[in-house]
Amino acid sequence: MADLGCTIAGIESINPFWLASAPPTDKYYNVVRAFEAGWGGVVWKTLGEDPPVVNVSSRYGVHHDTGRGVIGINNIELISDRPLEVNLKEIEQCRKEWPDRVIIGSMMAPIDEQAWKELAIKIANSGVHGIELNLGCPHGMCERGMGSAIGQVPEMVEQTTRWVREAVDIPVFTKLTPNITNILWPAEAAKQGGAHAVSLINTVNSIVSVDLDAMAPNPVVGGKGTHGGYCGSAVKPIALNMVAEIARAQETQGIDISAIGGIETWKDAAEFIALGANALQVCTAAMLYGFRIVDDMIDGLSAFMDQKGYKSMEDFRGMAVKNTVDWNELNMNFDTKAFINPDKCIECGRCHIACEDTSHQAIEFAVAEDGKRSFTVINEECVGCNLCAHVCPVPDCIEMQPVEDDKPYVTWPEHPLNPMKAAAE
Amino acid sequence: MPDGLEKGPPSCGLSAEDIEAGFGDLHKPLNSIKAIAAAEHCIYCYDAPCVQACPTSIDIPTFIHQIRTGNTDGAARTILSENIMGGTCARACPTEVLCEQACVRNHGEEDPVEIGLLQRFATDHLMAAGGAHPFERGADSGKTIAVVGAGPAGLACAHRLSMLGHSVKVYEAKAKPGGLNEYGLAAYKMVDDFAQKEVEFLLEIGGIEILYNRPIGPDLALSDLLKSHDAVFVGVGLGGTNKLGLDKEDLNGVEDAIDFIERLRQADDKSTVAVGNDVVVIGGGNTAIDAAVQSKKLGAENVTLVYRRGEDAMSATPYEVELARKNGVNVRLWAKPQSIKGDTHVKSMKFERTRMMNGKLAGTGDSFKVPADMVLKAIGQQLSLDALSGVEIAGGKIAAAADFSTSMKGVFAGGDCIRSGEDLTVQAVEDGKQAAHAIDTYLKGDANG
Repeated sequence: MADLGCTIAGIESINPFWLASAPPTDKYYNVVRAFEAGWGGVVWKTLGEDPPVVNVSSRYGVHHDTGRGVIGINNIELISDRPLEVNLKEIEQCRKEWPDRVIIGSMMAPIDEQAWKELAIKIANSGVHGIELNLGCPHGMCERGMGSAIGQVPEMVEQTTRWVREAVDIPVFTKLTPNITNILWPAEAAKQGGAHAVSLINTVNSIVSVDLDAMAPNPVVGGKGTHGGYCGSAVKPIALNMVAEIARAQETQGIDISAIGGIETWKDAAEFIALGANALQVCTAAMLYGFRIVDDMIDGLSAFMDQKGYKSMEDFRGMAVKNTVDWNELNMNFDTKAFINPDKCIECGRCHIACEDTSHQAIEFAVAEDGKRSFTVINEECVGCNLCAHVCPVPDCIEMQPVEDDKPYVTWPEHPLNPMKAAAE
Repeated sequence: MPDGLEKGPPSCGLSAEDIEAGFGDLHKPLNSIKAIAAAEHCIYCYDAPCVQACPTSIDIPTFIHQIRTGNTDGAARTILSENIMGGTCARACPTEVLCEQACVRNHGEEDPVEIGLLQRFATDHLMAAGGAHPFERGADSGKTIAVVGAGPAGLACAHRLSMLGHSVKVYEAKAKPGGLNEYGLAAYKMVDDFAQKEVEFLLEIGGIEILYNRPIGPDLALSDLLKSHDAVFVGVGLGGTNKLGLDKEDLNGVEDAIDFIERLRQADDKSTVAVGNDVVVIGGGNTAIDAAVQSKKLGAENVTLVYRRGEDAMSATPYEVELARKNGVNVRLWAKPQSIKGDTHVKSMKFERTRMMNGKLAGTGDSFKVPADMVLKAIGQQLSLDALSGVEIAGGKIAAAADFSTSMKGVFAGGDCIRSGEDLTVQAVEDGKQAAHAIDTYLKGDANG
């Protein structure tokens, strides 16, 4: 069986699955249940200076699909609303009772050196393995100059990271907000400030839905709502891209990555690891299903690694990074065509109408005399866009088949139709 | 009530409550949770086969999508715009040979989408909500059309005519509207007086007047109706029944299955409906199944359904035949009625075994006896010709062109009285709807010409 042990920012963990700083890691009770369930570590719910914040009632909104499946949720909860001392004592107790599990202390403070340093020292003294700087919370705390208000300014990211590095001698994780034009700017700033790792992404600023009776954004708090932080499987694509950007950019290459964002399954986890993540943080999936979901994350990831012959995470970590390139590096000569397997086709017509209405009119629809409906790709019209394969309800019914030819690898900068190339010549 | 069976239900051990419970919904309606799950199963096909399989061409993928989006009343409007009796069809349609058979999910060896139940969910939702009728009457054309028969064809025609702006007078032979929906469908398909509720709903559009106990006949000929109306639609269904052609067919205890079903449908308390202990049902259609199953539900000890051919030839759907077997009906195939025994009341029936010989059904000479104190004949219905003087009849049905016009100018016809082999509420509704458009075209042409 593959070894799921991993190391991030010099911290060893029995598996890459940590719970992110959020309601599931709010207190001793939850954290113990998480460790009992098999989670490798937790990032404690963000701690601030006393007096603790006060939270509102009604805190989560949801984005459902039509079958009540949860696509994503958002929250307007603030950081820990319990006294700092209580949290620190509980951290200490957990550390003592669960020596093989990782506990990271998450913190935030206003942009003030003393505030950051004093709080970081107090948290470090509770015995945490490392400190994570919450520079991402996009609601509430940012209105007080914290969270994303800091994370959106690279200079402040660097500054706060440096302050904490100077104050404590344990590993420092800088948690980044995705609510920014270019994730590389704060990531590079964190690296400059001395961060051992970056954690990303924090939640995406959002209005998850509007209550059409109350005529207010959800969650509605006494008739009014506010934007909140969006999370869950819907944000995974955003997170994957940002992780990949950091993993492959020269300026940020090499910094450890604690990947967060919509990880619900072992497959999600494997994808983040393939894009360079050293460890993972999960929140929404646990909030939807409970801590037990870690079982299949561990089992599935391990089975995948066994199947592929990877003995440890390092064997495949970052393997997809080199294949993640700029558009300009893609092969313009690559061609692929859809092939609809008539034996698997259930004749629903979804591929046809998607292509006919919105794409390239490349799927012919015919009805035979006996009523059998057939859908056939017109190769000359098919640009290989994949849309039909995506809308098809039958797995593996539509296969994208690369066209075999001997054409060379030609990128856009080298392409004969590129006017910039012609200009250069 | 037939003589000799006056004593109410037989000593079968069923209480009145048991009997009432037995006549509850055959298919439990979907609650909102199940409806969403069922709707999620729909792929939202393009040019969907289920739509083509529906005689009324209901846009099924669209209405199911509307259920998914929470627009349930919109789903109902989608259904009702093509089929104003979508509520009855949701209950009575043999979906397993219509829309659900065409569902592409069958290709994946999955269960088809539960289209019938979803249709009921949507239409029930709209009808329960009350509110304004979802369709508006067109601008008054000044024309009045006589509709003969307040069954599915006649009422569907009347509703569509009203939408087109015409006034409608419906002449109904019986004391209640609904036709077979009210008198003929099995009770467990139409619980809670649904047929009447649906008619009330349909009439909300306005412009439709129903005259009861007004059969056409010598006093009310089609030619009379033509004089007093701008056009006539005949949707009389099939009033007559086929005979076995055997001696003693008039013995007590021998009757037409449709009369038995009608009696049952009209009884407020099903436990008061008399039924035999040894019931023999003759026929292979859905009426035979309905009669057999309902006999069993009333407490008959032995119910034997006898059909002269094999199961494949039955016009009842495989689902219905299975339903009969599940309810304890003994289905006997390849046997034809030979004689009826009894003095004043039927005591037994003798059947001759049959087989196919040179492509024809033939008796084998071998026979068997089935004890019977009740014999229900369900061997088909026929058009009552007496009242239809003036229109051409072909093959026992009113001869109607593709536009539902008959040989009499201004007289149109649809439903069971023009077709053979369909015998479906949904087809009657479609006929009525299409005939209404044909009448509209005819009247406009008339006005212009």
